[in-house]
Amino acid sequence: MANTEAARLSSEFLRHVYELPQGKSIDKCIQCGTCSASCPTSSAMEYGPREIIAALRAGVLEKVLKSNTVWLCASCYSCSVRCPAKIPFTDVMYELKRLGVKHNLYPPDTTNAVMARAFTEVVDKHGRNAETTLLQKYYLRTNMFKMFGQMNLVRKLITRGRLEFLPHTIKGIEGFRKMVAAIEKNGET
Amino acid sequence: MSTMDKKKFTYYPGCSVKGTNRAYDMSTRSVAGALGIELSELDDWNCCGATAYMAIHEKRAFVLSARNLAIAEKEGLELVTVCNGCYLVLNKTNKYMSENPQLQAEIQKALAAGGMNYRGGVKVRHFLDVIVNDLGEEEVRGCVSRPLSGLKVAPYYGCQISRPFGEIDDPEDPQMMDRLIEWLGGEPVPFALKAKCCGGMMMTTQPEIGVKLSGNILKCARDQGADCIITACPLCQINLEAYQDTINDAMGQDCSIPILYFTQLMGAAFGINQKDLALKDSLTPVEELLTEKVYNS
Ligand code: SF4
Ligand code: SF4
Repeated sequence: MANTEAARLSSEFLRHVYELPQGKSIDKCIQCGTCSASCPTSSAMEYGPREIIAALRAGVLEKVLKSNTVWLCASCYSCSVRCPAKIPFTDVMYELKRLGVKHNLYPPDTTNAVMARAFTEVVDKHGRNAETTLLQKYYLRTNMFKMFGQMNLVRKLITRGRLEFLPHTIKGIEGFRKMVAAIEKNGET
Repeated sequence: MSTMDKKKFTYYPGCSVKGTNRAYDMSTRSVAGALGIELSELDDWNCCGATAYMAIHEKRAFVLSARNLAIAEKEGLELVTVCNGCYLVLNKTNKYMSENPQLQAEIQKALAAGGMNYRGGVKVRHFLDVIVNDLGEEEVRGCVSRPLSGLKVAPYYGCQISRPFGEIDDPEDPQMMDRLIEWLGGEPVPFALKAKCCGGMMMTTQPEIGVKLSGNILKCARDQGADCIITACPLCQINLEAYQDTINDAMGQDCSIPILYFTQLMGAAFGINQKDLALKDSLTPVEELLTEKVYNS
């Protein structure tokens, strides 16, 4: 990626982060590593939370986006509550997820991103989530065979009457869609 | 607020509680009934826009939450939820709207496009907070007819109930369920992983990570000699209860343990019949445990 593009990515990212409550505190990171030490999934991340801020400062944010890192964040908020500089790090992770999706800079096999996208589609259509529809979409787009691995669980849920097959659409779906369209028109992706 | 109003709430079940986790919904309503809490379901509620949605669209997620808050505002009551994810995002929407006037204006404009309006300030509560902090020890103990004598319970809080805001409990070492278990006559075990992440959505999308995170939680509870784990969130519940065979294989040891909602445990101690708590829905031997240790003791 050319330098100017890298700079554009960093500035777009920072503009969004600065808009968050406490977002400006990202400039005050002291690289202490408390976030990484608190993170339940950092050992599996190519870049831990502390390294993400280091990468941002080094102007190589796109490397982070292209790695497996951001979608391994489970939004547990451990980093956020412990950061001595009060950086809302979970929100930073959210920002990175959205940035990667927007610029198509995430690894194609990111199952978490596929799931999140499928989730938004189901919700946008019905106003609510529908578990069966969501899982069908997800496994169709990732690995059908993994779905068979879940059959035992599915059977158990069915015998207990815990699976609903038909999605429920909210009554006010028209108004709901208008709201979504209105916020989108405002420049929101 | 009069004492009557103290017990009246608008109730936001959330998507997860309607399908797979309907036992949570049923037991919540049963327990509320016993405590004289009036829950009226939010009219035509929609998805709150939690975690997975927020990861793709931020402002849209806020609009989704705000639509629910707008409907709740008309009722004039506090909004109660039983899901940690819903609890967090509804609160976050309130907070971010109040701290960022521009965001607030954008959200209001979007709501108006769909014929709604939200002035702001509907208080969002977790049902556990209402029980422990509004009602409290005396009222809960007053309903106990079958004390959980000798039952060792590991309270699992998960992430998004006390973090990030930490307004209702300690973000690292929450206590609400520990106290509740004592009021019910049971014994809360010390539980180091009580607020560690269960893996959330990753149990489906990255099983190797989800299995490890949830596995550690089950193992920790077993090591403490717990008879069961209670949860306060539908996603935590399904992660801990549904994959125990896989977890046992991956951990190379038996980590199986009954998993139930805190409302089911309360209901048993209140002597509410098993059907109204939907104990049969469990994927772990919850019914057997409670029959032996609570209902037949
Ligand atoms: S805990 Fe905060 S200050 Fe320390 S490295 Fe992480 S983000 Fe930076
Ligand atoms: S919120 Fe994400 S980055 Fe922060 S500790 Fe949790 S999983 Fe790690």
